[in-house]
Amino acid sequence: MNPEIRDKYEVVIGLEVHAQMLTKTKAYSNDINEFGAVPNTNVSIVSLGHPGTLPKMNKKTIEYAIKLGVACGCEIARDQYFARKNYFYPDLPKGYQITQDKTPICTGGAVIIKTEDGQEKSIGITRIHMEEDAGKSIHDVDVFDTLVDLNRAGVPLVEIVSEPDIRSSQEAYNYVSEIRKLVRYLDICDGNMEEGSLRCDANVSVNLKGAKEFGTKVEVKNMNSIRNVQRAIEFEIIRQIEAIEKGEILTQETRSFDALKGITISMRTKEAANDYRYFPEPDLQPLFVDQKQIDAIKSEMPALPRDLFLKYTQKLGLSEYDATILTDSKSIALFYEKLISFTKNYKGAANWLMGDIKSYLNQNGIEIENFPITPDKIADLIALLDANKVSSTVASQKIFPELIHHPEKNPLQIAEELNVLQDSNEDSIKGYILEVIEKNPSEAERYRNGEKQLVGFFMGQLMKISQGKADPKASNELMREMLSSTSSDNSTSSYN
Amino acid sequence: MKITDEIVDHIAHLARLKFEGDKKIAIKEDMNNIISFMDKLSEVPTDNVEPLIFMSDEINVLREDIPVVSLTQTEALKNAPKKDSDYFRIPKVLDK
Repeated sequence: MNPEIRDKYEVVIGLEVHAQMLTKTKAYSNDINEFGAVPNTNVSIVSLGHPGTLPKMNKKTIEYAIKLGVACGCEIARDQYFARKNYFYPDLPKGYQITQDKTPICTGGAVIIKTEDGQEKSIGITRIHMEEDAGKSIHDVDVFDTLVDLNRAGVPLVEIVSEPDIRSSQEAYNYVSEIRKLVRYLDICDGNMEEGSLRCDANVSVNLKGAKEFGTKVEVKNMNSIRNVQRAIEFEIIRQIEAIEKGEILTQETRSFDALKGITISMRTKEAANDYRYFPEPDLQPLFVDQKQIDAIKSEMPALPRDLFLKYTQKLGLSEYDATILTDSKSIALFYEKLISFTKNYKGAANWLMGDIKSYLNQNGIEIENFPITPDKIADLIALLDANKVSSTVASQKIFPELIHHPEKNPLQIAEELNVLQDSNEDSIKGYILEVIEKNPSEAERYRNGEKQLVGFFMGQLMKISQGKADPKASNELMREMLSSTSSDNSTSSYN
Repeated sequence: MKITDEIVDHIAHLARLKFEGDKKIAIKEDMNNIISFMDKLSEVPTDNVEPLIFMSDEINVLREDIPVVSLTQTEALKNAPKKDSDYFRIPKVLDK
């Protein structure tokens, strides 16, 4: 699309994110909440919607929703009750979804994201409410029938509704990434979009810049990865602008994203079908959340990615890049937190974690939880390096691999066993240097006559006879000094 | 409020039902009766009265997050008019 045309328009996006809660049981009944079980085994008379059965609220869901609300700085509602959202669909056996309508558990608050140009931007949260998932309909397996699996029916969800503060598909991508990071840090949802435990619907509209009103809103569904959220929205922006440029009138509708073709397709127009006839759910008693409960949850909150990011950049002096990578996943951040409880070399610790350790994890396809070396041993290794007892090459190529195979040993012990402890004792280094100079008198002569680049040759010889153990930093200086001042006949006298 | 043909059609559509001819006339009459009965309630002055949603004043009737297996797959599928060994089977429906 011509950037000039595109630039005439403002894009307005609001996102609705559904997150399945990592509870052991469902929202309103005690059958198991688990992904991937044999169809229709994790069900109960309540989740099957049998007449006369009564729901009972899961304590944990409330706790998880409050955690998320606290993390986003939301107001937590004190008095709440549930509502029935009525619609007929085969994977909703009761004929209604139990949700929160008038009294969402969280309102207000915000999620901080990065914009395209790296600036921080606050995306407002309209509300977060608790509800239940529907079952799963499978349309494409059998020719005549739709197959229904009700294992997912009644799985607790929170729906996070954003304000229409998002202005591009990239911001939408960053927002969903941030939400996913947050729910994972809080341990309330596994954030797996492919398995559907985190889902996103997007409301997209465009309007001419400076227009007083938003354009016609189109809802886009069925995006099973964060990348597809971005692709679907980008497609939709272009489609809408092109339609307007051609003088067409956009209709308010729901469109489905086809990931293979990269396009959105109209599902249905928003007409009578969306008459949900909400009314209060009489089968669940009202909730009352007191300040004590909120305070208790607050006191148990884990460190959040943004807090850690600020700590790393402002207190530990790490770059924004390093801090971003370290806080990207909770498990990496936790490892780093432990690591820096054993060492004050924060940058060194970050380098080890993002360098040798991450490449080991990537090469072996394992998660940091299964990394064999404990953080204190990595800190010991960093201490060896900082004390110039081993070279960085030796640390990463000799000690680190040995430590992976023998995580019970400590780095110093390994260095001794491998005989790679660096010698930074000046006297012994001088001894090696003298030996090298004596063995290579003509090169020494050429050095004194101005071929200073020969220092490399001498350092090589030095490493050879010291078996790589001479501390290169200390050696280098001594080498230059001794090469310049010695001559083959008086060397012994001046340096003994 | 008066129940019209349009309202009957709308409510019927939401319930995935269809009423025609005599049946439509009959359901319309029933619905009108229900509504006029409800209209009687509107005669009671309710200014400054909080809506009564719940009949008891219990709050926070909650459950611990402990799973219980209460049904086998066979039991779960037992009452379904059409099923196979794993799934409820229903006439083909398209996406919501």
